Amino acid sequence: MSNALKDLLFKMADDALIIGHRNSEWTGIGPMLEEDLAFSSMAQDKIGHAQALYKILNDVLGEADADTLAFKREEKNFKCCQLVEQPIGEYDFSIVRQFLFDHAELIRYDMLTQSSFQPLAQLAKKVKGEIKYHVMHADTFVKLLGNGTEESKARLQTSLNYAWHLALGIFEKSEFENDLISENIFAGEEELKKRWLQKIIPIIEAASLKIPATDESKIVYGGRKGFHSEYLKPLLDEMCEVVRSDEATAEW
Amino acid sequence: MYGSTNLSEEDAKRMNSTVEDPEKLEAFESRIARGEKIEPQDWMPIEYRKQLIRMIEQHAHSEIVGALPEGTWITRAPNFRRKLALIAKVQDEIGHGQLLYSAAETLGKTREEMLNDLLNGKSKYSNVFNYPAKTWADIAVIGFLVDGAAIVNQVINSKGSYGPYCRALERICYEESFHLKQGHDNVVYLATGTKHQRAILQDAINRWYVPLLHFFGPPDKLSAHSEKLMKWKVKLASNDDMRNQFLDQYVPKIWELDITFPDPNLKKNNDGIWEFSDPDWNEFKRVINGAGPCNAERIAVRKFAEEAGRWVRAALMNPTEKYVAPLA
Repeated sequence: MSNALKDLLFKMADDALIIGHRNSEWTGIGPMLEEDLAFSSMAQDKIGHAQALYKILNDVLGEADADTLAFKREEKNFKCCQLVEQPIGEYDFSIVRQFLFDHAELIRYDMLTQSSFQPLAQLAKKVKGEIKYHVMHADTFVKLLGNGTEESKARLQTSLNYAWHLALGIFEKSEFENDLISENIFAGEEELKKRWLQKIIPIIEAASLKIPATDESKIVYGGRKGFHSEYLKPLLDEMCEVVRSDEATAEW
Repeated sequence: MYGSTNLSEEDAKRMNSTVEDPEKLEAFESRIARGEKIEPQDWMPIEYRKQLIRMIEQHAHSEIVGALPEGTWITRAPNFRRKLALIAKVQDEIGHGQLLYSAAETLGKTREEMLNDLLNGKSKYSNVFNYPAKTWADIAVIGFLVDGAAIVNQVINSKGSYGPYCRALERICYEESFHLKQGHDNVVYLATGTKHQRAILQDAINRWYVPLLHFFGPPDKLSAHSEKLMKWKVKLASNDDMRNQFLDQYVPKIWELDITFPDPNLKKNNDGIWEFSDPDWNEFKRVINGAGPCNAERIAVRKFAEEAGRWVRAALMNPTEKYVAPLA
């Protein structure tokens, strides 16, 4: 069972770390100071979530400490989905990505509050309360911009179309899916996806945007198995630049 | 789009005049002499208003431009602790900018006007942010010494006469004191670390020494000293006094770590006054006038942010949906 747990924790932690890293890139260049602040806050939360998940891997499942897992792991061992790896692009992409990703996060953590794996159930209760605000932020801006000007509406629709099949890749199943479900650790990606669609579709409609058509063959899978977009390697190289600049024992 | 300002019609008309009502001026000056704070709706001399707008606006610009050199290292911070601390710190700086723009708006200039003047070069920001952050050690030195220098300045200014600015500064100083702690912690780790870590720290100190001396402005003997600004408590300490206070607080803390400053003449005299080699004040002028190593880059990034975000601001000005449900 520990391999199934590890797989689940790694993909969640890696998602949080990488989206947090991307969100932090908005610090200083947002469309208004208030959005710099919002994306910085969310970045801190997400990176904190990653740290907490790695800590469970370290404390309970015998993996290395959080810093080693985040800063000294090879790209192929990352389990994040490709949606989070994408560059921040323009604000429309970042806000649409945040919307799609955080709704899935909120539901995932909500489901995990019922997990039979207590360390994760405990963490989920706390994290859920934080992600609630991320979702409020995303919903507010998606609705305002979707109903804003012709340009803002067009930009949001374009980004939604682009992000759609990447977002569906969030729900890529792992080989341990049935174990996680039968052991009551996590109710599964299929269930998560179902609830996610129920939740986001009315909001997309309220934003006067069209739901993109889903083409199963275009869903971007691979991330959960270590196959990543061309964006992850450079991100990790940048993230690890200082760590790699000195001997391995250096403390920072 | 950022909200309105407090300038009354009467005050707006007065902005172009230079003549003050002597009775009102006297009452204003005696209020300040008694230690009272001036509030946005109170009568104030035009020059007082203009000087404060200039000063608070420059301070606000310094916060948001100052976020840029440090911001580039957020993605490279070497562990969770440093990464989280640096994002939080840079976020604070942006938050300070937001606070200060609001304080300046109470005097009659909108945030939009101020940001436009930053981009068109009419208003300045601190020179110190026109230097590059080349290595991770620069982040340590900025966090400890640049923030340290800023605190010296801000603690003094928080005793000034304009209420909204003082209150903003009090809160800013409170947050800055945490920045200082994380900066010091970072400096200590590097100073007590590997040979490479000590080397990048020494190199960073060598490069930041002159910009730090410049930070407080030209020496008193060269700078036009305004008695009036002192009397109005717009300016509260001379450049030399602030510089001396900074050196007194921070130089020993660096020497303690067996790190040096690139100035053989740096020492404290028996009278408590620090001596140092006069830094090149022509360089100071060059950088102020736009020829520093990073002036063009900093403004280009701000321009990019302004332009790339324009459609967002335009859309928020024009919501067709009445979305008024409370968020929480």
